[in-house]
Amino acid sequence: MILFGQFLEVLVSGLLAGVLYSLVALGFVLIFKASGVFNFAQGAMVLLAGLALVRSLDMMVANGLPFWAAIMLALLFAALVMAITAFMVERFVLGPLINQDGLTLFMSTIGVTFIIEGGAQMLFGSDVYPLRLFPSDAWFLFEDSFPGGILVSKIDVWGGLIAAVLVVGLALFFQKTKTGRALRAVADDHAAAQSVGISLNWIWFIVWLVAGLVALVAATVWGTKLGVQFSITFLALKALPVLIIGGFTSVPGAIVGGLIVGAGEKLAEAYLGPFIGGGIEYWFAYVLALVVLMARPQGLFGERIIERI
Amino acid sequence: MRKLTLALTALALGATGMTAPAMAQNEQFLPSLVYRTGPYAPNGIPFANGVADYWTMLNERDGGINGVKIVAEECETGYATDKGVECYERLKGKGPTGAGYFSPLSTGITFALTEKVPGDKIPLLTMGYGRSESRNGAVFPWNFVAVGSYWTAADVAIQHIAKELGGADKLKGKKISLVYHDSPYGKEPIAALEQRAKVNGFTFKAIPVTHPGVEQKSQWLAIRQDRPDYVLLWGWGVMNSTSIKEAAAVGYPRDKVIGVWWSGAEPDVTPAGDQSTGYKALMLQHGAGKFKVHADLEKFVISKNKTATKDDFAQVLYNRGLLNSMLGTEAIRTAMKKFGNKPMTGEQVRWGFENLDLTAARIKELGFEGMVSPIKLSCADHQGADVARVQQWDGKAWKVISDYYKADRSILDPMVKDASAKYAAEKKITARDCSKES
Repeated sequence: MILFGQFLEVLVSGLLAGVLYSLVALGFVLIFKASGVFNFAQGAMVLLAGLALVRSLDMMVANGLPFWAAIMLALLFAALVMAITAFMVERFVLGPLINQDGLTLFMSTIGVTFIIEGGAQMLFGSDVYPLRLFPSDAWFLFEDSFPGGILVSKIDVWGGLIAAVLVVGLALFFQKTKTGRALRAVADDHAAAQSVGISLNWIWFIVWLVAGLVALVAATVWGTKLGVQFSITFLALKALPVLIIGGFTSVPGAIVGGLIVGAGEKLAEAYLGPFIGGGIEYWFAYVLALVVLMARPQGLFGERIIERI
Repeated sequence: MRKLTLALTALALGATGMTAPAMAQNEQFLPSLVYRTGPYAPNGIPFANGVADYWTMLNERDGGINGVKIVAEECETGYATDKGVECYERLKGKGPTGAGYFSPLSTGITFALTEKVPGDKIPLLTMGYGRSESRNGAVFPWNFVAVGSYWTAADVAIQHIAKELGGADKLKGKKISLVYHDSPYGKEPIAALEQRAKVNGFTFKAIPVTHPGVEQKSQWLAIRQDRPDYVLLWGWGVMNSTSIKEAAAVGYPRDKVIGVWWSGAEPDVTPAGDQSTGYKALMLQHGAGKFKVHADLEKFVISKNKTATKDDFAQVLYNRGLLNSMLGTEAIRTAMKKFGNKPMTGEQVRWGFENLDLTAARIKELGFEGMVSPIKLSCADHQGADVARVQQWDGKAWKVISDYYKADRSILDPMVKDASAKYAAEKKITARDCSKES
């Protein structure tokens, strides 16, 4: 019973951690879905959003603003920063590169990554900035059945709830709004979308803005968990296997991929790690991704690409 | 904002000659490998500020070291070994006599440079980090693991646990886990802890955390299940505060977590807020707070706005930067007694290190009384001290909670001897005969 309780605890914490990875992966999916660009800068965008949020929040609280008002204004400020970023990326990077191949666009996002990382630290600082938006203690469930109970972190549960709301919101946006349908049209065929009057520049601005807002949401959860700091950018590396497993074009795939990666790496660390030296969870996620890649190259939920020759 | 301040400060330092690229013949060039950006910046910045401020103070107050002005140049490593080596190559030949010494503040970079410095004849000052066996100057002529090594730290941590338990005999049957950064740095104490486990009869378990340490849930769930009596923490940067948060999340008592001295600064505890209260860490002798030297820093550096420091003045890592620069410049001063008041070569600075004798009187004169106890280096002993204390975070500040512990050299010396002999055999190094060195 004790062993089963321990297994359950690792599994639950892994699944919840996976949902938090999905929060970052969603930003990648949005941009890839709408433009076919793999946005390497998504991790840096989480950092920028988090720094803009926490630094403005700290400043407003220090100036005597009530916390609830400060948080609203700080969220608005961070959203504005992400909107400016989206505008700049579209105007100075992607706009001039319209009709270039995918690899060129991908390389351009690597450049954007380093500019955002450097710029964010230059503007907002390089320290660790604590953010306390969600409770960070834990529940201990089923204490009657398992000695010590099953530990469930409250912040992870908050992350799960936020991810659920995001997925529903994004599904509605893509399916029910005119802009969402335009985004899907651009994703299918740039030239065809342009021929029916859809402005690529506007669409790319919108999609980078939405990805920036998703980054802001991810930053609220990860910032509370770790403090807002440079290491947040490493989350992009956690999101990569999530995308490979779930598929680069599927919002539900990002969630399912996150669950598989989170549970897989935590169980591997707990049960395989002690036999091979530990510290395996980082690369084990990529083992899972490779297995999926070999069986289903487009990911579990990705669209199969068929090209006629 | 911080970066802009740094840029302005760099300009200000440039105006005073601290960073001027054009160097006169009577200037001592000192390189500074820093990380002001990247994942470890919150810990790298205060240390770099302390290093720079001490040199600036010497220039402003004394006109340098015995009249030889210090010219410094920072190089950003981002805590990456490849960038560290690149910085070393770029800076080693600068100045009229080349770099006086290097302090990489990274065990990974130290491991890489240990292979290079014998050829370039430049000392590596790795105060409180680096290879523990480099204490043996006969095999490691250019490494100076001054003040304390990770083996010293591991030994002192176990002594403190023994004291809390009521004696060394109470360690028998206890469980002690090490949560460590999975890097050369984090792995360093394992040998010493395994040796102590054999001697004292406790069960030791090492738990790695992958760089940079943002995800540690599995490790702390294992600790929750295993319930060790104590957890030692060997982290750096974000890993430290994440460990403390995870310890709190799984309900592990913070006062049973003891960090190494690189896990015991303000950036390690403040991000975790109240969850850090009770957490303990070793001290590389010194802690936070102002001492006599800080008055001179305020007078000659801070008030003249010739610093990048803001909130980190007199914090733990800032003070460590001061101590690092003090050791380096005192080694140069010692070398000048033999070679004259002129810029020193790396080889001459090494002689200075090997003959450095910081007595209580000299430490008082330098304004470091209360921060550090006497240190005496020699050809055979490149560490020069074996003591450390323990501090505890009370939610607002670090409080010293122990007297000095002295590491047990009867356990550590044979380890140093064996490990350095193994290194010498691997690298085909003939150990120096220190009895013949002058």
